[in-house]
Amino acid sequence: MLLADLTVFVLGLLVGFEVITKVPATLHTPLMSGANAIHGIVLAGVMLMAAAVSTATGYAVVLVAAAFAAMNVVGGYVVTDRMLTMFDPGARARS
Amino acid sequence: MSAFDSTVQLVLLACAALFVVGLHLMNAPSTARRGNRLSAAAMTVLLVLTALTLVHEQQITVGAVVALTAGTLGGGVAGWFAARRVAMTAMPQLVSLFNAVGGGAAALISLGEALNPATDPDRRPVQTAVSMILGMAIGGLTLSGSLVASGKLAGTLPGRPIAVPGRSWAAGLLGLVVLGLAAVLLTAAGAEVAALSGIGLAALLSGVVLTLPIGGADMPVVVSLLNACTGTAVAMAGFVLRAGVLIIAGALVGAAGAILTKLMADAMNRSLAAIVAGGYGTGDVAVPAAAGGTAAVREIAAADAALQLAYARKVVIVPGYGLAAAQAQHEVVALARALGERGVEVGYGIHPVAGRMPGHMNVLLAEADAPYQQLLDLDEINPQFPATDVALVVGANDVTNPAARRPGNSVSGMPILDVDRSRSVIVIKRSLGHGYAGIDNELYTGRTTAMLFADAKKGLAALLAGVREYAT
Repeated sequence: MLLADLTVFVLGLLVGFEVITKVPATLHTPLMSGANAIHGIVLAGVMLMAAAVSTATGYAVVLVAAAFAAMNVVGGYVVTDRMLTMFDPGARARS
Repeated sequence: MSAFDSTVQLVLLACAALFVVGLHLMNAPSTARRGNRLSAAAMTVLLVLTALTLVHEQQITVGAVVALTAGTLGGGVAGWFAARRVAMTAMPQLVSLFNAVGGGAAALISLGEALNPATDPDRRPVQTAVSMILGMAIGGLTLSGSLVASGKLAGTLPGRPIAVPGRSWAAGLLGLVVLGLAAVLLTAAGAEVAALSGIGLAALLSGVVLTLPIGGADMPVVVSLLNACTGTAVAMAGFVLRAGVLIIAGALVGAAGAILTKLMADAMNRSLAAIVAGGYGTGDVAVPAAAGGTAAVREIAAADAALQLAYARKVVIVPGYGLAAAQAQHEVVALARALGERGVEVGYGIHPVAGRMPGHMNVLLAEADAPYQQLLDLDEINPQFPATDVALVVGANDVTNPAARRPGNSVSGMPILDVDRSRSVIVIKRSLGHGYAGIDNELYTGRTTAMLFADAKKGLAALLAGVREYAT
């Protein structure tokens, strides 16, 4: 099981390197912000963890972790979208 | 595996693939927004699906549902408002803040796993325990480190390097504490929560100790590095929970952070080790130039500089940290537009480390509606300088220093913009103060260089007024 997980991890890294080296410097800030939003996926992890807790301390941990992760994922995508709108004059005119 | 489980697994795989496609679409400004929206859509599906799975399995307690919902709503709304309201110049600190909470969430997943009464610590696989330790250590370090970085970028903490006495000793000691507690966690069942909390505290302290002594100008690299750390922490959470999609997403972010960190460090001509070691890199040192250097400096009045710009055929504008700090992006674009209306060919030469994050200058200029085709990077703009009548440098220092072409000084070998090869240079700068490399800029004493001593915003406004005087 560990080997399967490690395989996924290493392949993910390689695909990441391959895709991201092609992004031009102009878009590096949105790229970082967009990648930042993707690690908000940790919210799914918080949900899985929540399924296993049943104590007051556990609930408190879930509450804080969910708030952190949700802020990360929502804020990350919204801020990236705002930045990218600026690179798209058509979208700016519409908004 | 039931039909439901298989379907869930397939959809999760599709979501992971969409993250990759979304990042891929970020390779061109015309498709980048679609890429980000695709990634966000995949995320939404994935989160809804995860919630559905929990409902389907009916294994979650009411208390946990309440905690989860309240946390998600609260955090989501806070994130939404922060993201809508932030000014483009304040973007780096907000991204760093989001990074901090992401790392914090990953660390808390480790703690949650230890609090889980259903799993028997004695029967937990060693790799899960190791992933928990790593997730807690990396996540905790990212949380506090990113908060310090965010504070430095926002100015709530001083941007200068803050010396931490006995820093390397403290860092080493904290590392040993983490290792010791990790050994306790792996061997003594029952001490898990305590050991993990201890690891978390030590990691939080390490984040502060490691980030405080790094100067503001090096922050872009630090933010990028910590982003890579969060990716890794999320992947660790994936190992703990045996969730492949977390591992994939974490690895993607880890790779993105690692690449950007490397690019930034190269563009600043610094090794990553030197940046992490800290001690310099403030970006705002105002040391008076050496006496010998000031003698040859030629000062120019705004009106004369405007005249020169207005009657040039080709002007290249080089914006730097000073422009970002003064938030003068609208002024510079207004000036470029006025010049363009007079028939002057205008381009922007953008160094990779201009601004406060990788590529931040492009975002600022795009915000002010600078045409994308005019934003040129190092390789595109450098061959154009010999055919440029005026290079207008606004608040950039080390990245224009011709001394970088010679060995034997602190900027040697740094990739620079060849502004000194243009027919004439106008530099808008408040003083002859040094950049973060702490050496004189030979450009300022160059034969073809004129200095316009002013704040970026005021200087550009004066130039614009001057250029408008010659409007036909």
